[in-house]
Amino acid sequence: MENTIVLEAKSILKSFYDPVQKEVLKDISFDIHRGEFVSVMGRSGCGKSSLLYILSTMDTDYTGELYIDQELVTNQSDQALASLRNEKIGFVFQFHYLLHEFSVLKNVMLPGFKLNRLSQAELEHNAFELLKKLGIEHLASKMAYQISGGEKQRVAIARAMINDPLLLMCDEPTGNLDNKNKEIVFDTFNELVQSFNKTLLVVTHDQSFADNTQRTIRMEDGRICN
Amino acid sequence: MKARHILEIARALLMARAKQTLVAAVGVAFSVAFFISLLGFMEGLNSLLDGLVLNRTPHIRLFNDLKPSAIQPIDLDSSYKDYHSMVSSVKPSNARKGIYDAERIIKKLMSDRRVYGVAPKVSAQVFYNLGNIELNGLVNGVDVVQEAKLFNFNTYIVEGNSQDLMNRPNTIVLGSGLAQKILAKKGDLVQVTTTKGEKFSLKVIGFFQSGMVEFDKIQSYVSLATCQKLLGESNHYVSDIQVKLINMDQAPVIAKEYEELFGVNTEDIQTANAQFETGSSARTIISFSVGIVLLIVAGFGIYNILNMMIYEKMDTIAILKATGFSGNDVKKIFISISLSIGVVGALAGVLLGLVFSILIDNIPFDSMAVPGVDTYPVDYGIQYYSIAVVFAVATTFLASWFPSQKASSVDPVEIIRGK
Repeated sequence: MENTIVLEAKSILKSFYDPVQKEVLKDISFDIHRGEFVSVMGRSGCGKSSLLYILSTMDTDYTGELYIDQELVTNQSDQALASLRNEKIGFVFQFHYLLHEFSVLKNVMLPGFKLNRLSQAELEHNAFELLKKLGIEHLASKMAYQISGGEKQRVAIARAMINDPLLLMCDEPTGNLDNKNKEIVFDTFNELVQSFNKTLLVVTHDQSFADNTQRTIRMEDGRICN
Repeated sequence: MKARHILEIARALLMARAKQTLVAAVGVAFSVAFFISLLGFMEGLNSLLDGLVLNRTPHIRLFNDLKPSAIQPIDLDSSYKDYHSMVSSVKPSNARKGIYDAERIIKKLMSDRRVYGVAPKVSAQVFYNLGNIELNGLVNGVDVVQEAKLFNFNTYIVEGNSQDLMNRPNTIVLGSGLAQKILAKKGDLVQVTTTKGEKFSLKVIGFFQSGMVEFDKIQSYVSLATCQKLLGESNHYVSDIQVKLINMDQAPVIAKEYEELFGVNTEDIQTANAQFETGSSARTIISFSVGIVLLIVAGFGIYNILNMMIYEKMDTIAILKATGFSGNDVKKIFISISLSIGVVGALAGVLLGLVFSILIDNIPFDSMAVPGVDTYPVDYGIQYYSIAVVFAVATTFLASWFPSQKASSVDPVEIIRGK
């Protein structure tokens, strides 16, 4: 179980063509095992965000092969990719990206609506349990724009967890948080790995954050360099 | 993805833009309301104006046409078979004007299931005597009960009671124009001279007004029996049989059938009044196009608002897609936003349209030409309401098509990277 490969990238290559051709990712190959807490480090513009978008299946414009849960996802239809994201991947973005039209609880439940596996009541219960675990259950009925940045980030984590995904991907999750909130987020991640055996892939700028993860992939100029 | 959840997301997006949504819905509501009241009013006027003539015109008229026989005596003589007949100025013989065996024809017509009602009629050419002056005129002998049932006879009587025609002998209802001309009042005696030179005195018991001035200046009504007496004919004499059908559109076909069956001449309403059909269909087309343009304009309003909403909600769309909503789900969300604006607007528009119609229906409309009408006519036909609703919903659906297509193809990476 511990050694199952959750995500595998084989010689991924991506170029931007506008205004001139520029290779942002050059022959990226690596894999992530189940239960790993991996961080991706690198300077701005080294292609780490581009890599994350490809790994997350949102960006399909690349060459090479990507396996998620030992299944080839390259060249699958948008529809199939969307349901794969919904079921197997949870996202946390730098700018938390909650939907302001909804309450905190509804925000957490949204991916569950799409998955449509649980009844409304069960889903609501799960969402509430997740918020409780993250210590923000008192915010459940607030609207998303009424809560603070650190709280938003935790709500985003809860939302990423609602469908019990295989893999959690985070883009600079602590990018604009103060130290206290940073710690809370990191501890939450750590607990997800330790107690729930989740796999985490975190893109970050933050050296101290990366140092605390189990493995760090360093990127420079479109290549992995460690 | 359950429809309930799609709707929930759509609702939340709508509520975030409540004011704009309301404006869009009001736009739809007004265009539906105007569509309904415009068409209802137009159709009300149409049927009122057409009714002036059509209500009083039989769907099929049976009569004996006075024309020379097509087969002249010379044609019957076989010795002239190979010759060309050059007899000119052939005149009709003194054939009877009345319909032969009219009573049996009427009985037969009554038993026809397609027939709504039958009214016999006798008309007589007369002169109204006014001192030394003689006025040309036409007296119609009618079966008052049938005439009232089939041709709204009572509506056009502006003074007096049509029943008196039946109950009192030698009575007459004068056309209002005629009455003014000969200064006749109710209870006066009017002298008429028939074409055969006989004079009769008839008592005026009322006046009628058809709405057509020329008609009212010449015509008057008496009972069947009185008219038969004027003509010096027996009480079996009938010059016209007027038939009203249940379905007016069948008139040409049935008219032909009767012509063969009874050996009489027939005339159907479509042939007699072709111009009315044309006029009302042209008016209907005009009002339909105005109404539909209104709905299309409302559709553009919705298109605008959706477009704006999509630009504003790019982040929301991106995040929905990132968390696994497919382009199709996003499209469904935006189409349901638009459809709910359309449906709510259309329903409000139906109510508003009904209110407008009732208002128009209560505006006083006094016209000498149209007796029995004192407010503007409005048709409350359910078809206008349903057409408006169906068209409004279809327009909003189409209006949402391109914006939601655009929303569904939003690339989440571009949005998220752009931050």
